[in-house]
Amino acid sequence: MADDLDTLRADIEAALAGAADLRALDAVRVAALGKSGQVTGLLKGLGALPPEERRARGAEVNVLKGEVERALETRRATLEAAALDARLAAERLDVSLPPRAAAPAGPEAGSIHPISRTMEELIALFGAMGFAVAEGPDIEGDWHNFSALNIPEHHPARQDHDTFYLTAPEGGRRPVLRTHTSPVQIRTMLAQEPPIRVIVPGRTWRADHDATHSPMFHQVEGLVIGRGIHMGHLKGTLVDFLRAFFGIADLPVRFRASYFPFTEPSMEVDIGWSRRTGELGQGGDWLEILGSGMVHPKVLANAGIDPRAWQGFAFGMGIERITMLKHGIPDLRPFYEADLRWLRHYATSPLSPFTLHDAA
Amino acid sequence: MKFTLSWLRDHLDTDAPLDRILAALNTIGLEVEGVEDRAAALAPFRIAYVVEAVQHPNADRLRALKVDIGDGTIRSVVCGAPNARTGMKAVAALPGSFVPGTGITLKAGEIRGVKSEAMLLSSREMGLGDDHSGIVDLPEDAPVGASYAEWAGMGDPVIEISVTPNRGDALAIRGVARDLAAAGVGTLKPWNPEPVAPAYPTPLEWAIDDPRACIQVLGRAVRGVTNGPSPQWMQDRLTAIGLRPINALVDVTNFFTFDLGRPLHVFDVAKVRGKTLTMRLGREGDEYLALNGKTYRPTPEDIVIADEAGVESLAAIVGGETTGCDAATREVFIECALFDPVRIALTGRRHQVHSDARARNERGLDPAAQRAMLEAATRMVMDLCGGEASTLSEAGAEPAWRREATLRFERIAGLGGSSIAPAKAVASLEALGFGVTARDDASVTVSVPSWRNDVASSRSAYRAGGTELAQEPGLDPARAAAAAEGADAVEAECDLLEEVLRLEGLDAIPSVSLPVASPLPLPALTPRQSRAALARRLLAARGLAEAVTYGFTARATAALFGEVPEALRVENPIAADLDQMRPTPVATLLLAAGRNAARGQADVSLFEIGASYAAPSPEGQLATAAGVRTGRTPRHPLEPSRPVDALDAKGDALAVLLALGVAPAALTVTTDAPGFYHPGRSGVLRSGPKLPLARFGELHPRVLSALGIDGPAVAFEVLLDSIPEPKRRRKAAPDLPAFQPVRRDLAFLVDATVPADNLLRAARGAERALVTEVSLFDRYAGDRLPEGKVSLALEVVLQPRERTLTDAEIEAVIAKVVAAVTKATGATLRG
Repeated sequence: MADDLDTLRADIEAALAGAADLRALDAVRVAALGKSGQVTGLLKGLGALPPEERRARGAEVNVLKGEVERALETRRATLEAAALDARLAAERLDVSLPPRAAAPAGPEAGSIHPISRTMEELIALFGAMGFAVAEGPDIEGDWHNFSALNIPEHHPARQDHDTFYLTAPEGGRRPVLRTHTSPVQIRTMLAQEPPIRVIVPGRTWRADHDATHSPMFHQVEGLVIGRGIHMGHLKGTLVDFLRAFFGIADLPVRFRASYFPFTEPSMEVDIGWSRRTGELGQGGDWLEILGSGMVHPKVLANAGIDPRAWQGFAFGMGIERITMLKHGIPDLRPFYEADLRWLRHYATSPLSPFTLHDAA
Repeated sequence: MKFTLSWLRDHLDTDAPLDRILAALNTIGLEVEGVEDRAAALAPFRIAYVVEAVQHPNADRLRALKVDIGDGTIRSVVCGAPNARTGMKAVAALPGSFVPGTGITLKAGEIRGVKSEAMLLSSREMGLGDDHSGIVDLPEDAPVGASYAEWAGMGDPVIEISVTPNRGDALAIRGVARDLAAAGVGTLKPWNPEPVAPAYPTPLEWAIDDPRACIQVLGRAVRGVTNGPSPQWMQDRLTAIGLRPINALVDVTNFFTFDLGRPLHVFDVAKVRGKTLTMRLGREGDEYLALNGKTYRPTPEDIVIADEAGVESLAAIVGGETTGCDAATREVFIECALFDPVRIALTGRRHQVHSDARARNERGLDPAAQRAMLEAATRMVMDLCGGEASTLSEAGAEPAWRREATLRFERIAGLGGSSIAPAKAVASLEALGFGVTARDDASVTVSVPSWRNDVASSRSAYRAGGTELAQEPGLDPARAAAAAEGADAVEAECDLLEEVLRLEGLDAIPSVSLPVASPLPLPALTPRQSRAALARRLLAARGLAEAVTYGFTARATAALFGEVPEALRVENPIAADLDQMRPTPVATLLLAAGRNAARGQADVSLFEIGASYAAPSPEGQLATAAGVRTGRTPRHPLEPSRPVDALDAKGDALAVLLALGVAPAALTVTTDAPGFYHPGRSGVLRSGPKLPLARFGELHPRVLSALGIDGPAVAFEVLLDSIPEPKRRRKAAPDLPAFQPVRRDLAFLVDATVPADNLLRAARGAERALVTEVSLFDRYAGDRLPEGKVSLALEVVLQPRERTLTDAEIEAVIAKVVAAVTKATGATLRG
């Protein structure tokens, strides 16, 4: 590149570095690229050159022009950021001031999400049956989510889980977003000695997204370990819960043999409803609502419990599903949309917590 | 899995109506997903003969018909179809029948003076297609009066069941029939394929290159075959269950897959290079074109079948194109192999192939039925395609699948809660094919049938259905060993108990309410859980609506709110904007606020009790009560609306902290909130100088503009896990002095940069014995003050305890307060 262009570029760069604010920056821009700017002048002067020189010189000047434009933009961004920072600094508020005595609106404007409401009801109802609430992390290891629950790597059941994986650490296994709340069964059995009675309401994740599936949803798990706990107790617990939760004393409940890797024998549970009207309790149709079974001996053993001494049951159900059924909510997706209109419509008041002495 | 009722009846001798069969399937664990009974909707429709079709006397476009539906009555019918003519055969509906294509129930009527006592139907009106150009025109030999659906061959309902992963044997129609027979719905028909005499030596031999590649393989050729389309009955069945008929040889393999649960493969002998088919593991450079049109590159963990030219197929998963059978095939080689189910499952996952063959191989086949299956297949090939069979080629050996299991009758009640009698239990097991080898009053020991790989699977050398113990490595070794021994002792018994219970139906088990564990239940929530519940109610009571938002969001969005470690990136996101675990719920709440604004709702107050994710570990998941407020406060005649500000957010955060038992005196505010907050209008509430408990403030304008939100917007985050559990101790006696408190207001002039809290602290500390309360009641900044100064007005409350204070004493204390404030903050008392 010709010396005069190098010099000009150095001059402009120096001017840019020296421009302390946006106004100064604009002056540099006009001096370089404005109508009678230096670079503009060079471009205008090209016409006077002999054709053989014009092409090479033209290319060089255009390269310079591009460089200047980019440098201007970079400097502008820096100055704008600095100007914003200065403005924000000037906008200081003394955050040590005490907040106002009252919030902008009161309980009439606030609301509890239907998922939380259902969890509250679950906790109250199962709490009355002696269950405590257990929790576990959303991000789980493969062992907790699968292997400990008798679902080895090659198990066909893994296909049904549509698992989300996080990036594997160096040389390690990929963590998973727990596909069910069942890993908390394992965590609970490792953390406490039997007898155990826990429910586990919580977030769960599966790579499935359509009208009836959300990639994040909620389940409640139940686990009872004791001496002499048998399938009759499992049925009784579920029937007692379902009838109380839905507030239908004679809700029909049907039990079907099924299979889950972590229970044996396993059963699926249906409740009676009308497919046509969506009304629960009558209509002659059956709706699958939860899976359950006696805890598999290998699951107990994986957590260090001798299945000859202890036995028990586990169950799991979708919180959104029972919420939708109880309140006649037709669509799953709005649960996570936070559309205020929907929240106000289906939410409950913060001043009426669920209590057993109120009606469900 | 789908099958038709008539197909089921090939294996099951039963008169049971469809309803009973469906109910039994549901009871025994073969859940009915759906029944397609096309005949049911068409049941009222009869084949009719049009005796006469003449022009309607009063309508140009209608015809008046006389119709015979075989019941001895000739009916008058008015019909608008252009193709209605004398002598045709059609389909008629009588009054009272529901016409599916129109959604109406037919009534007798009169159209322009002519009676219409029936209706002749088009295809569309019967719900059988789109053809509505005219009424259905049946062949002349259609029997008048017969049910149309039956005549048209639609009387065979298609049943779809969902087969659980343990029941490989029920991925066969014969397996379903066996279960139904055991449940008392009919009798299982015998199946004893007669061996086919060999006519020539086999043209191909099997070789197993690596014992991991194949357990046992049989093969047999048939030469002189004609491989045209398979017969109509087979095509109908395959079509009914959703399979596409290809040619007779391929159809035979599909038929066996569903009929007997036995995937087979057929090679065109002429296309195989060399005389040997080898079962081996994949090698570097292996590649083949599969029948599904895709090219696969087997890995050294996959099982392949190769000839001299290279890989022909991924064994038991998907066959190869190059040796497939087509119309030109004259000699076919039938493969009947048994592979390691675990290896097949992993190969299927690795290459993401979901085939009927894989589904059966990974769940396990009947390891004892190899020879019988091949004989049956050979016979069917010869029946359909002609030709003669070769001798058998064989490699490997039947695996040691034979095993026994014991059921103690006590467990029927003890674990099953059931009152099934021992004799009934034994009968059920026998009906399922278990053989009694020993029995006494307390227990029965049975041999497990070869097809039930899910029962006592740990004891079978054929690994189908088996799982390995996966004990927590940190367990005490003695405890772990006892637990493992216990599992080994009872697992097979649980398998048997499950069989006994499911055949009887679980509805037969009496429900028993859970016995109480203690007379009154213990608290269900830990203190930590109770605090989250309290925070939820408190925030909702402050007018915020609780939201539940996704825990992951777009990586670029997450980056606006903090670190986006690679370790929290979702490797297989379902959508590009859900690929990073959120650093804080504020991120997803702001997105939600933006969505509300786009719907015309700009003033939004939302909160969520959810996780912030800092690391992929239990400790890295931080329980957070977070909220956002955007827009303005509500409009009211007595209280003007104003934009939300940082102190609204501080109010929310502070309210939660105080409700959760944090002592206000211990709280300090620092101005170092994370970068997504406005640097000058945000703060961190700390317990003492260090431990951060909450953050609050306006959002940084850059964050708002990146999310397309027009300000103002504020947010807060209460770090629930950081709040110490309040100590449970008895309260001290209350302080109830007998003397009236004295109040004094003091206004100070101070540099605007001095936090007001510093003045309050100094005033409180000036004379602890008397100063019980100091609060800020006014802040003024304006023209009447020197540049850079503000006026802060404090109310100081003095509480005398021994006696009423004299004016002089009061003045002395106030002077101390003023001095302390001045010393700490440089403030001066305003005159």
